Amino acid sequence: MTDVVVIGAGIVGAACADQLAAAGLSVTVLERGAIASGTTGAGEGNVLISDKEPGPELDLALLSREMWARLGDELPEAAAEPKGGIVVALTEDEHAALLDFANRQQAAGVVTEPLTPEQARQAEPYLTPSLAGAVRYPQDMQVQPARATAALLGRARSRGARLHTESPVTGFTRDAAGRITSVHTPRASFPASTVVNAAGLDSAAVAAFAGSALPVQPRRGYILVTEPVPPLVRAKVYDAAYVSNVASGDEALQTSTVVERTDGGTILIGASRERVGLDARLRIDVLARLARQAVRLFPVLATVCAIRAYRGFRPYCPDHLPIISRDPLVPNLVHATGHEGAGIGLAPGTGYLVRCLVTGEPTPLDPAPFRLGRPGLAP
Amino acid sequence: MSGCFEITFDGVPVPVRPGETIGAALLRSGRRAWRVSRVDGRPRGLFCGIGICYDCLVVVGGQAAVRACQRVAAPGDVVTCHE
Amino acid sequence: MSDVTVVGAGPAGMAAALAAAGAGCQVDLLDSAPRPGGQFHRQPFTGAPDPGAPFAALATHPRIRWHPDTTVWAAEPGPRLYLRHEDGPARVLDSRAVVLATGGYDRALPFPGWDLPGVLTAGGMQALLKGQRLLAGRRVVLSGTGPFLLPVAAAMAEAGARVVGVFEAGHPGRWSRHLPAVRAVPGKLREGWDYLRVLRRHRVPVRFRHAVVRAHGDGEVTGATAARLRPDWTVVPGSTRRVEVDAIGVGYGFVPVLELALALSAAATPDGVEVDRWQRTTAAGVFAAGETTGIGGAALAAAEGQLAGLAAAVHCGRLDGPAAARIGRAAWRDRYRHRRFADALRAVYPVRDGWRTWLDGDTVVCRCEEVPLAALRHALDDLAVTDLRTLKLVTRAGMGMCQGRVCGNAVADLLRAHTGCPVPDPLRLATRPLAVPVPLGVLAGLDRPATP
Repeated sequence: MTDVVVIGAGIVGAACADQLAAAGLSVTVLERGAIASGTTGAGEGNVLISDKEPGPELDLALLSREMWARLGDELPEAAAEPKGGIVVALTEDEHAALLDFANRQQAAGVVTEPLTPEQARQAEPYLTPSLAGAVRYPQDMQVQPARATAALLGRARSRGARLHTESPVTGFTRDAAGRITSVHTPRASFPASTVVNAAGLDSAAVAAFAGSALPVQPRRGYILVTEPVPPLVRAKVYDAAYVSNVASGDEALQTSTVVERTDGGTILIGASRERVGLDARLRIDVLARLARQAVRLFPVLATVCAIRAYRGFRPYCPDHLPIISRDPLVPNLVHATGHEGAGIGLAPGTGYLVRCLVTGEPTPLDPAPFRLGRPGLAP
Repeated sequence: MSGCFEITFDGVPVPVRPGETIGAALLRSGRRAWRVSRVDGRPRGLFCGIGICYDCLVVVGGQAAVRACQRVAAPGDVVTCHE
Repeated sequence: MSDVTVVGAGPAGMAAALAAAGAGCQVDLLDSAPRPGGQFHRQPFTGAPDPGAPFAALATHPRIRWHPDTTVWAAEPGPRLYLRHEDGPARVLDSRAVVLATGGYDRALPFPGWDLPGVLTAGGMQALLKGQRLLAGRRVVLSGTGPFLLPVAAAMAEAGARVVGVFEAGHPGRWSRHLPAVRAVPGKLREGWDYLRVLRRHRVPVRFRHAVVRAHGDGEVTGATAARLRPDWTVVPGSTRRVEVDAIGVGYGFVPVLELALALSAAATPDGVEVDRWQRTTAAGVFAAGETTGIGGAALAAAEGQLAGLAAAVHCGRLDGPAAARIGRAAWRDRYRHRRFADALRAVYPVRDGWRTWLDGDTVVCRCEEVPLAALRHALDDLAVTDLRTLKLVTRAGMGMCQGRVCGNAVADLLRAHTGCPVPDPLRLATRPLAVPVPLGVLAGLDRPATP
């Protein structure tokens, strides 16, 4: 008998499976497609502290960041690169807002280092000379999301977890009290004492199978990738508009610059945010806008070729906080979803919190802000 | 042939026949490889010959990632090793 | 807005442009090369062009605008194309109809040493010879499958290279099952016979069920190991022998160019863009012809091109359906005969899974990112990877400059052989929103749509 069925083999499902298997539970992971085939595989691998407002998400991010830092010692393929982030303000207004934001973060335990334009250019020699100031966030890191997902699932499997890919969940059987007793896929059914819904973009559909409702919706994003280049960019470099975009619910297209170099030598350029449902189109004008903003931040990139662009959808909640919670209507259903673009960064802490919710171990932080039924999730 | 001219590759003059690609001129001059791969430093030259594989990349006048098999050489082109 | 834009000026694109222009359409014909002709009618940079190609008719047609050195780097449903002429700025071109005639390229299989300089695709050898009047080597060997090896070997031998062998991994005995398809295109048989005569005159041995399974050399090719193959393409033990060569040409069939079709939301399989009897794709206003719809040779491409051009003219309201059917009658017949032959060709010369046994663990499969077979095996065996996308993300295979054009099929074959199931996302490595690399500065300069 399986103790726990985890639905979804993205980074969040993998982190949950890893933690639950480590707790000695018998775990089965059901994945609709292939591992990391949803939001996880379309992301940059951000483990970010810099963009978090003081509050519950920052607390979860700090917890997860420490867990990522340790994971690399145990699982080399999940190793995070502690490259740090630099947020660049191009105008005096942005600079004032950025410094104020950084001060509040510092009070909440974030390491922040304000940089003068000269210091910023010392750290990033190819940065535009026309900047007002910057803040360095040494805690920001980067992981390779698909590799990390594979590594976490690999460790869970070595502890007895079973992984079924190409296995979309098609429904549940529930008992009179509303508890899920088994999980159905086209090929087989899996008995379960607890079900973890880590299905990301599909998590609302999965919840609906159990008669519950989740306000999780897709938010489209594009990333541009360049040819491999020498280290023109060292840290994760953002423009200061990034922070206000993440916290916004505006449907219109938003873009703000995120520029960073991967270990493959390519430079990733994000990030756009659009609420357009699951429309899979790739708009060239949006790519042009990303290119424009990247070249504004790093003029040297003008002659560097973009070789690839890709699209993904982030699962987001109305209040931009994830749902990590038991379902109030379905006693043995636990949700771990709605991380928007922060799922990679928040995955380890989420997995740990889910483990505590399932086993009854003491939680590392107050789970109340992430509960389903909080006022912020009301339509 | 009339109209022949020169380009340079890493500072060395290379004769070119008008209309010839940079890749053909390098090959005709006896060079089979003009780039080393990024990861393992392996020699690379022409492979697909029709602009598909991006193995034959050179830098032309400071512009990187130019396909030598596609770019017609121009008098005075300063060609250097990619990366 | 233009009536019809034809992408690619090979046999299919030239025929499409002439047919559409002949029906009264204003046609823009684009190609990334400086001259029309494509790979088949490749024009030498000196000397006379191929007399069999309709270059003169193209050049003088008042309704055809010829855009040389023009790449289409992206496309969106509309149909809308994003262009660039040489190193110029990015431009947008909207048309009522687009004909995709983007062709195909040689399929290469990985084998130990295949990334040594001196290993080229057969098509690359031919392009050097036809376009640049240059031999890729003095002593060469050809290896692969399919009749295309023969003209390349014959041309190399005629041009003075010592061709030490043509190694055909398949077996032409399989043609016996497809005699009606061969009889319908007598010219093909004659053509093949002519090449074999040339090869015999130059004493070039042609060996069936043989292949080059290893390239040797320190820094460049100095030799090759050839082997006899079993029907599944595994090596017959004890059959290997070393040949001294300075160039190796390889070609295991062809790969259609699909990225623009996919960007325009046209349905496709790895074998080609799906088209109906009028060469219409599943995307409104988008037509496709030639190798991009499935590999079949120049004659088939020209027939398909003409039909696509006529259908595009109908789409633009320049021609009515019955008139198009009348004009296209002969092309339809040609297409039927040549498609049947092309289908037979595919059946006779499949790529067999045994090629995987030629590789060592450290054999590079993805040349751009230098991903060895062992890394792909690790991802499949130890990391539970079951699809192309994750395999690419985990190993970086297919992520480099060529965007999986060279290794995509090989990586998909390795995945399929490992899981024993069809690859769930076979077009993953053929989906390329940016059809060619484009400098960020050029992309950044893209403004509102304008006519070229």
